[in-house]
Amino acid sequence: MYINPIVIFFASIFTSNIVLTNFLGMCSYLAISRDLKSSWGLGQAVIFVMTITTILNYLVYKYILVPAELEYLRYIVFIIVVAAFVQLLEMVLERFMPGLYYTLGIFLPLITVNCAILGVALFMVIREYTFIQSLAYGAGGGIGWALAIVALAGIREKVDETKIPKGLQGPGFALIVTGIMAMAFIGLSGIANIQ
Amino acid sequence: MSVLITTSIITAIGVFLAALLTLAERFLLDYGICKITINGDKIYQVRGGNHLLGSLQEQDIFIPSACGGRGSCGLCKVKVLEGGGPLLPTETPYLTKEEIENHTRLACQVKVRNDIEILIPEELFSIREYEAKVVNFKDLTYDIKLISLQLKGDETIDFVAGQYVQLKIPVYGNIKEEVYRAYSIASPESNKKQIDLIIRRVPKGIATTYIFDYLKKGDTIFFNGPYGDFYLRDSQREIIYIAGGSGLAPIKSMLHKMIEEGIDRKATFFFGCVSGRDLYFVEEMKSFKEKLPNFKFIPALSNPNPEDNWLGETGLITEVVDRHISSDGDYEAYLCGSPGMINASIKVLRSKGIPEELIFYDKF
Repeated sequence: MYINPIVIFFASIFTSNIVLTNFLGMCSYLAISRDLKSSWGLGQAVIFVMTITTILNYLVYKYILVPAELEYLRYIVFIIVVAAFVQLLEMVLERFMPGLYYTLGIFLPLITVNCAILGVALFMVIREYTFIQSLAYGAGGGIGWALAIVALAGIREKVDETKIPKGLQGPGFALIVTGIMAMAFIGLSGIANIQ
Repeated sequence: MSVLITTSIITAIGVFLAALLTLAERFLLDYGICKITINGDKIYQVRGGNHLLGSLQEQDIFIPSACGGRGSCGLCKVKVLEGGGPLLPTETPYLTKEEIENHTRLACQVKVRNDIEILIPEELFSIREYEAKVVNFKDLTYDIKLISLQLKGDETIDFVAGQYVQLKIPVYGNIKEEVYRAYSIASPESNKKQIDLIIRRVPKGIATTYIFDYLKKGDTIFFNGPYGDFYLRDSQREIIYIAGGSGLAPIKSMLHKMIEEGIDRKATFFFGCVSGRDLYFVEEMKSFKEKLPNFKFIPALSNPNPEDNWLGETGLITEVVDRHISSDGDYEAYLCGSPGMINASIKVLRSKGIPEELIFYDKF
């Protein structure tokens, strides 16, 4: 069944959000969501990297791994491609866009090991997406991840001013909030469904 | 056959990406020649793309840094007036509000990407790199060595008793990168040809493993310096020296200075060790006592062994200091040792009414 790329784009933001339905990319999601500013910085970096690496990985998979019948090596190859791309991106930004480099700079190395990036590339393979579908899925996945972390950071900034039981401070509370957010997003499942 | 194809395809992908990154690094991170203007009048040309600390070091300007540029000591502060780019999150923990306002940055974090204008204290220009020969190696205790470095050629070094130098530890064994480590000078400041350092072995330490296991008498070693504002102040107050382990070094240099310049102030040196096997330089201290009538040396063991036959002071150095110091004296204190020892000693000295600005220390 062919799914319209526009449907994939919106579904991966709202109904199949990579954090809230698959719980991928949790480590940086929990660690960098203390304040809005840095969470938005990381969010931008993820949108950028996820969109581009998904396309790159699509091309590598379709034109190198499939013809050579090496699909089983995709985990390793995808990781290498992501790592190399992030390195390259860091250098390009440092040289040509210093402003953006200082906003995203420290987050870029963090993203190399973000499992949401690898997760999106692997889902793309499992669901047998075409090029355009992969592009929509990568971009939507990134925007969805950014939306989730910015929303969590906003909630955490508000909650920090109230009294929370000691044992629940930090990640404990963040996970409860994430759970409630995930349930809230289920309310949107009437829009579209791709899973 | 398929195994070969698999490996070669994976290798090809790896090689392609590595080559791409190497090329990118070569062309993208080449910033050409940049100008560094120091204090408005000195201009240096350096290759861009490196950190300010290293670029200055190449021009023989040494900014003090204890961690060797990893951004973990916060010592290499310079004022960057122009061209430093925005403040990085890696710097903010080491800078106060006022420092951020007057454009202070960490030289090891700022990259030279364009022409840059900085301000540094004038005295840093007298800090230089020296080439020296190891002329003496002596065991002081089971884990502390005295090494003597003689400057090559007709070089001389001007330092003030209490200051330190940074030894350059070259690449050796499994260690792939040069590192710098700071050690206080133990010899008198009148000897401008040779300096003594007292070094305690740190288990698995990069620098001390090199010094204890690789360095030999006759070898050449590089160091830069002198650094630090730990030196004897000019006053008539009674002096309290407190040191532990290899912290004796700067105190010894200060005592030499007192003898040579005839400074006959009342002085007490509290030297803290664990047991008899950690004590050293006891004879030297006795000879200092003969030349300085108002000098007292009080070694203290915190945990003497029965075979030490110890008749002197026992207990932690802070307890011994507490017993010997009155609360109404006019004191000035010089401390050198581990942060734990120094912080505990400062507490005791403060409780004796010694104001903070008269307590000087060198933590390592």
